[in-house]
Amino acid sequence: MSHAHRSSLRPPLVTAERTLAEITEEICAPLDRRPGLAWWSAFVVAFSAFMLGAYCIYLLLSKGVGVWGLNKTVGWGFDITNFVFWIGIGHAGTLISAILFLFRQKWRTAVNRAAEAMTIFAVCTAGLFPILHMGRPWLAFWALPYPNTRGSLWVNFRSPLLWDVFAISTYLIISAVFWYIGLLPDLATARDRATNRVQRGVYGVLALGWNGSHRTWSRYETVYMLLAALATPLVLSVHSIVSMDFATAVLPGWHATIFPPYFVAGAVFSGFAMVLTLMIIVRRVLAWEHLITIKHLENMAKIIIVTGGIVGVAYATEFFTAWYSGNPNERFAFMNRIGGPYAWSYWTMVSCNVLAPQLMWFKRLRTSPVALFALSLVINVGMWFERFVIIVTSLHRDLIPSSWVMYHPSWVEIGTLLGSFGMFFTFFLLFTRVLPMVSIGEVKGVLGESRVRLRPVEPERAVA
Amino acid sequence: MSARLFVAWFEEEDDIRAATTAAREAGFNIYDIYTPYAVHGLDEAMGLRPSRLTAVCLGFALVGLGFALGFQYWASVVSWPLNVGGKPLNSLPAFIPVTFELTVLLAGLGTVAALLVRAGLYPRRPQRFVPERVTNDRFALALAADGRFDETGARGLCRRAGAVETAFAEAC
Repeated sequence: MSHAHRSSLRPPLVTAERTLAEITEEICAPLDRRPGLAWWSAFVVAFSAFMLGAYCIYLLLSKGVGVWGLNKTVGWGFDITNFVFWIGIGHAGTLISAILFLFRQKWRTAVNRAAEAMTIFAVCTAGLFPILHMGRPWLAFWALPYPNTRGSLWVNFRSPLLWDVFAISTYLIISAVFWYIGLLPDLATARDRATNRVQRGVYGVLALGWNGSHRTWSRYETVYMLLAALATPLVLSVHSIVSMDFATAVLPGWHATIFPPYFVAGAVFSGFAMVLTLMIIVRRVLAWEHLITIKHLENMAKIIIVTGGIVGVAYATEFFTAWYSGNPNERFAFMNRIGGPYAWSYWTMVSCNVLAPQLMWFKRLRTSPVALFALSLVINVGMWFERFVIIVTSLHRDLIPSSWVMYHPSWVEIGTLLGSFGMFFTFFLLFTRVLPMVSIGEVKGVLGESRVRLRPVEPERAVA
Repeated sequence: MSARLFVAWFEEEDDIRAATTAAREAGFNIYDIYTPYAVHGLDEAMGLRPSRLTAVCLGFALVGLGFALGFQYWASVVSWPLNVGGKPLNSLPAFIPVTFELTVLLAGLGTVAALLVRAGLYPRRPQRFVPERVTNDRFALALAADGRFDETGARGLCRRAGAVETAFAEAC
């Protein structure tokens, strides 16, 4: 891999001179060290938020949905906003691990492991919300087509809400399998270098007896490519199906054929912002600036510019369509967005998602970790508000003016939102302690990129 | 079943590729190669045929597709026909999303299961042969050293290709 495309035009992907053994040690070092103060402070904050969320969920389950601020008109509020937001975050992970793999973008090797972990944790977090939204989450299994004593009465396969059940669970399972298969060689590396018995045992079981055999590598590469090829349409389908929850409704503001591509672009946009947030922290805390280089950050910033552009065009198209349709209800829904009682959330969304990313056109900003970190946070705020705008401003003034109301989230809903961030970051922080955060095998494969080997090859001697 | 092996260690991926090509041309029986990462070009050097796991993947995908379509049709048309908003009982276009998801799910899980079975990867596999340092920074070429094995020839060949160490080992 490393010598196949050697070119003086291609800058190295690992920007410091490292041997294979040094790469192993560098990436595995966090597994041996005791966590430092920075990790513990982050963990305490994340875990406290997680526990606050758990308490809010306890209140919801013990007292009922009345603890939320939802009402008869606005039946979807923070819960579904959070669900769509978190599912979207997951998309960047699969994009990096699958789509960039198919496009042979070798720079993905430094960020794919952490991005895939992010996907899994984000999908877990997302999955919580529709279940809680059901009101009686202990009956969530009713959404599955299982033989029951009611007939068997089956689920309605024509409903996008049911498609969601299948899409999200498939996405979670396939992402987890893809991640684990990618981890196998690194688990073997961790097993073989482990000095204590616990590590040796745990990594030993998880590595499934991986021994670096090329016969296995060869099959493994085939399977990895097949999984990437399967995950690519899968990730596009997931947010498309989520968007159909809205698009198949007759509500003005939801009933739009543009939703599937618009949601997918938004998902990738927010997901890359989250990857940037996490990676900028990781490279700084672990001093991995030569593994996760400015080039990596810049490439992700470029993807953000593109997807942010698509999102901006989608916003404009929605308005054009509302005007061009000549439908007064449709026109009203959009005028209400930009000038109604929730106009502040609409303009927050536009400033964060359409205006802020334009700063990344400047090379100085797109190669500055500090600027990118700030922008990535801004984009995630914007993308959360996008879902809030779509859901709440469309619902609160629907087709019957007598049912118009305002929606005010209760503190329990805000606590659950904070809790979802807490849960996500708790999982991510634990992941950074127990598994290699960068794919060791893949980074070793690109180590030789654009480097000339030290010892010259002697072809006539090599062939005996 | 145990095999006697001649193992040579290398430090560069170009060396292991050269050594493998040379050993195959010299008529040695290549038992396996052990590398810390997927070294491209070794398939050709070793003479491995392309994996048939792609066919397995297609097979599982078709099973998922057939099962999902069949089950949705059976549940909505045969087992409990239910009029939902006047839509036809067999609403084929509406069955496509679930069909797609199950196709991907079965294809993915089936392919991975086939890989684990074919490559013999399972937890607590007893005493698998792992040459020193191959999961870290070295590449190892293992030749089957049975019967009329030309030890001097093999050692010379590996040394010339840049081997840093050679030894005999038992694999099971």
